[in-house]
Amino acid sequence: MTRHRWTGRLLLIAATGGVAALLLLAIVALAGYDAPRALGALAGGAFGSLDAVLSGTLVRATPLVLAGLAVTLAFRAGVLNIGAEGQLLAGAAAATAAGLAVTGPGPLPLVSALTAGIAGGAVVAGVAAWLRARFGVLDVISTLMLNSVAQFVVAWLVRGPLQEPLRIYPQSASLAAAARLPVLVPGSRLHLGWLMAVVLAGVGSWWLARTAAGFRLRATGLNPLAAASAGGVATGRVTAWAFVGSGMLAGLAGAVEVTGVTYALYENLSPGYGFTAIAVALLAGLEPVLVIATGLVFGALEAGASAMQRDAGVPSVLVAVVEALVILLLVLAERGRQAGWWTRRTPEAAG
Amino acid sequence: MADALTGFLEAAVRTATPLAFAAMGETIAERAGVINVGLEGCVMAGAFGALVAAGAGGVGAGFATSAVAGAALAALFALCVVRLGTDQIITGTAMTLLGLGGTGALYRTWYGAGGAALSVPTAGPMAVPGLSKLPVVGPAFFSQPVVTYLAALLVPVLWWFLYRTHAGLALRAVGEAPEAARAAGVATARLRTLAVVAGGALGGLAGGTLVLAQAGTFAEGMSAGRGFVAIAIVVLGRWHPVGAALGALVFGAATALQFLIQAMGWTLPYQLFLALPYVLTLGALALARGRGRPPAALGQASG
Repeated sequence: MTRHRWTGRLLLIAATGGVAALLLLAIVALAGYDAPRALGALAGGAFGSLDAVLSGTLVRATPLVLAGLAVTLAFRAGVLNIGAEGQLLAGAAAATAAGLAVTGPGPLPLVSALTAGIAGGAVVAGVAAWLRARFGVLDVISTLMLNSVAQFVVAWLVRGPLQEPLRIYPQSASLAAAARLPVLVPGSRLHLGWLMAVVLAGVGSWWLARTAAGFRLRATGLNPLAAASAGGVATGRVTAWAFVGSGMLAGLAGAVEVTGVTYALYENLSPGYGFTAIAVALLAGLEPVLVIATGLVFGALEAGASAMQRDAGVPSVLVAVVEALVILLLVLAERGRQAGWWTRRTPEAAG
Repeated sequence: MADALTGFLEAAVRTATPLAFAAMGETIAERAGVINVGLEGCVMAGAFGALVAAGAGGVGAGFATSAVAGAALAALFALCVVRLGTDQIITGTAMTLLGLGGTGALYRTWYGAGGAALSVPTAGPMAVPGLSKLPVVGPAFFSQPVVTYLAALLVPVLWWFLYRTHAGLALRAVGEAPEAARAAGVATARLRTLAVVAGGALGGLAGGTLVLAQAGTFAEGMSAGRGFVAIAIVVLGRWHPVGAALGALVFGAATALQFLIQAMGWTLPYQLFLALPYVLTLGALALARGRGRPPAALGQASG
């Protein structure tokens, strides 16, 4: 993607963010809530103050960017990984276990937690990759089944092996300070995970565009038959590694959420980050650097919606409706671009 | 032990009923060449429709509304996928989000943020005269809510429709070779749309069953992945209505295993029992490799 097209995409992202906010408010008004008050809460919760931006929007955007990168990597390779949610939960669980178990000098507990999180996500995605490569099980079905498995396993862990010592609440003990991500801006909740997400997005774009491995991944995603026959690409290996890599990123998202925000494992740790990540990746046009921008849009939307629930009593689950509508609009726009609905060109010329 | 066995069979059939509806619905859609990942959303739409209508008009109205609600969401999906040619998986994922988020938001708006457990009228068990007195199997199979018998009846009806009627042949042709079907004068887009909508109606009925014949109340996200399980069951059932029903029963049995194992004195954490059927489904999908074949045009944009 050239710089010129990035500019166009950024405009689209900003416009979509505006449309999404308007959709949300339209639904809020239709449902009979106090719309001006809801708008105030939405804007205030997302951008109202420096703390709203740092501790609200950016903190919410962090797992969305990481999970969005996970979806981007998979989709670019032609792998329909819609199991980022389960991989994220596995990463959160593994990071908690390691963060609680490992004590030691300096950053060792934190590094162990993050590494375990990455490995946890990789294992879950690896199962799906293996089922695809060895048995031809559809990505969509295996990843959806694994989402359920991960949810139940986390539900068990927080009542069993990882439950807090008093055994009252269904959650783990809190991570020690040495296993927590450092705060970036003193006085806010913004943690190092945001910086990691931004750097990974930049590296991802460079890797996809400029390296031979990135080229093989893109070629496999665009046309696996051509990549294998004309390009000599071992497409099976490429898709398997893209799947596992995608799981690693989603696992890191879970690990970062535990070590940077919640400091403990509990059941509803993720309000569907793994599914929102699909909207995040699609809106970015599957371009890693732009995932930062789309993660911010949805992070702002979710931070604003939380404030809306708190201050105006509007159910924040409405954001899921808006996300669904955004995904629908995006697939329709993409389809329209392919079929030449927006131009006078024939479908053949547009292809 | 006989009591435990009866409990096991009864729970297996109870769990299987909504799955059988959803899996047969998905079978219809996939046989026409459309994979509807939004089925989970249809199940939720059906569950919420059942809650709203049963409170006002009783159990019958609840079931009817659940089917209509599932069909409505599926119609939106069909519009995008069949008429406009969008990607089936992504569009289906959006439908699932829409169904889950939409019902959650409406529930909190209409019934209060606290989400106090509402109880709705339920369809009680209907004993089949004579058969329900049989030892062990009687209470398990013949003392179920009326929808369970409806699900069982749907199996031969759907088989007859798909394999013994002209419309069923046309539907299968659309899923295998849409171009050839169109050349033979079949209105492919209309048939695909109808198949998806019918599948969504059955998905909605699955949600209605959860509310009106099992839980007796509504909870956000109560479909708990059943729509996704149904999609896996369709693969295991080799895109055949009998296979779909059998697959639902096997999944129900795997879920109900906890009753048997607890009766034998083993203890395994409850949550791991809940995860077990999903693991078994994955294993079964792996072993089912090469047996049966998806409809040739499954997942492709309508040609």
